[in-house]
Amino acid sequence: MSGWALRTEGLVKTFTLHLQGGARLPVLYGVDLSVASGECVALAGPSGAGKSTLMRCLYGNYGAEGGRILIRHRGETVDLTAADARLVREVRRETLGHVSQFLRVIPRVPSLDIVAEPLVARGMAPDAARAEARALLSRLNMPPALHALPPATFSGGEQQRVNLARGFAPGYPVLLLDEPTASLDAANRDVAVALIREAKAAGAAVVGIFHDTDVRDRVADRLFTVEPRPEASRSAA
Amino acid sequence: MSDAPILEASGLHLRFGSVAALDEVALRVWPGEVVAILGESGSGKTSLLRVLSGTVAPDAGEVFYRDAAGVLVPVHVAGEAALRRLARTEWGFVHQNPRDGLRLGVSAGGNVGERLMAVGARHYGGIRAAAAEWLRRVEIDPARMDDLPRDFSGGMQQRLQIARTLVTRPRLVFMDEPTGGLDVSVQARLLDLIRALVADLGLAVLLVTHDIAVARLLAHRLVVMRRGRVVEHGLTDRVLDDPQHEYTQLLVSSVLAA
Ligand SMILES: Nc1ncnc2c1ncn2[C@@H]1O[C@H](COP(=O)(O)OP(=O)(O)OP(=O)(O)O)[C@@H](O)[C@H]1O
Ligand SMILES: Nc1ncnc2c1ncn2[C@@H]1O[C@H](COP(=O)(O)OP(=O)(O)OP(=O)(O)O)[C@@H](O)[C@H]1O
Ligand SMILES: [Mg+2]
Ligand SMILES: [Mg+2]
Repeated sequence: MSGWALRTEGLVKTFTLHLQGGARLPVLYGVDLSVASGECVALAGPSGAGKSTLMRCLYGNYGAEGGRILIRHRGETVDLTAADARLVREVRRETLGHVSQFLRVIPRVPSLDIVAEPLVARGMAPDAARAEARALLSRLNMPPALHALPPATFSGGEQQRVNLARGFAPGYPVLLLDEPTASLDAANRDVAVALIREAKAAGAAVVGIFHDTDVRDRVADRLFTVEPRPEASRSAA
Repeated sequence: MSDAPILEASGLHLRFGSVAALDEVALRVWPGEVVAILGESGSGKTSLLRVLSGTVAPDAGEVFYRDAAGVLVPVHVAGEAALRRLARTEWGFVHQNPRDGLRLGVSAGGNVGERLMAVGARHYGGIRAAAAEWLRRVEIDPARMDDLPRDFSGGMQQRLQIARTLVTRPRLVFMDEPTGGLDVSVQARLLDLIRALVADLGLAVLLVTHDIAVARLLAHRLVVMRRGRVVEHGLTDRVLDDPQHEYTQLLVSSVLAA
């Protein structure tokens, strides 16, 4: 155990906008981030600096341009920038969780099954997975009547609680949180804070974007500042 | 992760006169994986599916299928009898037009049951029960079992085709625009059904579509084609959220929030 669970080395991300005459938008350059098990690192930096971009690169949702993204997976080190699609899926199933700012709704699937799905994918029996999903949704103050409904018609806060339950249920060793509490009321924010703290106590390495400084102060061990690139701020202006 | 691909193709070329329908295409599919082939009309999607399933011979290139016994079958060398056996047992086809995949003059139950009989089922009561169960799974009232599919709506016909295809539990399913001819609300229901069945049965699926929302919902991995070439491939959300190729950026930008 040399400490880190997730790290980047010289991470570079530039967008090439082919539909805008091939304009190049440099966002991340030489990012070195290292997160240990049990630690929560909050990403900081002005709007447009590249916090969400970094987070998406870490999840493999955006492809890195250069550098490496290393993650401890099944006791070994995997470079996500070089991993093929199948290995990334496996890492996401077992090691790397992600709570996005908004739930991407799957039509007609009940909330309970949306939360249970990652558990079943990891081999849990469907009934046991549903029981866990039910417990977590209840803890997030989701009334039982909503568990059986697809979240398409839910309020923003309700959808986000489904999203949180789905992200926290499996107990991923590495967890990425993009504005996890933005649409929650105070009571549910407290539940989210408790979930993050419990995940850390269980050894999870957590990377988060928290615009809510109160939440950030309650969960983060330190800040990591994403420096805006001069070219990026010029293009974004 | 150490498991071998179920389907493996390399160096595929196919020409129709001056048109290159396939131009140096390679592709691998693993068990349990849904791979979507995405691209505009005429980009070579159907041609690729036909070559992969042995229906059309390529001008160059090879396709290998690894069968249930672990034997590597060279699809274009194996011969008609071997392909017919695979089509009956280990492969399934879902056509865009259900009329191409159903026998319209045979009852709904018969359409499902005869596939079972083709793989050796003999017990009439068992076949009938299995057919009823599959009709239920695709949300067709089993009371319609003895009706002819010619009188079914397009969406029902498509669901029946899916039941007929999946009843034998194929290992690899080829689907060409399975929701193509249907209106939007019927499509959503069907996609949802396909998504659940594919996950339940752990099927490998090769899905041809020009619809990004369909690919987003069903596929683990995408292959983007243009003029017979694969211009980009990778994890579905990576390709759609951070497209690298000019053509993929154009495809993604031309739809609203897929
Ligand atoms: N998929 C994309 N394609 C092109 N450019 C993108 C893409 N995603 C992000 N960008 C650009 O990258 C830059 C950084 O954006 P990002 O969303 O990472 O900023 P951020 O630090 O999260 O800002 P905020 O605090 O406002 O959420 C912006 O200029 C943005 O326009
Ligand atoms: N049997 C054939 N004879 C002549 N040309 C053909 C034949 N089959 C396909 N083509 C041509 O090959 C190219 C690729 O066709 P294909 O059917 O594979 O496209 P596709 O991507 O499936 O398009 P669509 O989305 O419209 O179904 C087209 O230019 C088509 O006209
Ligand atoms: Mg952001
Ligand atoms: Mg076609």
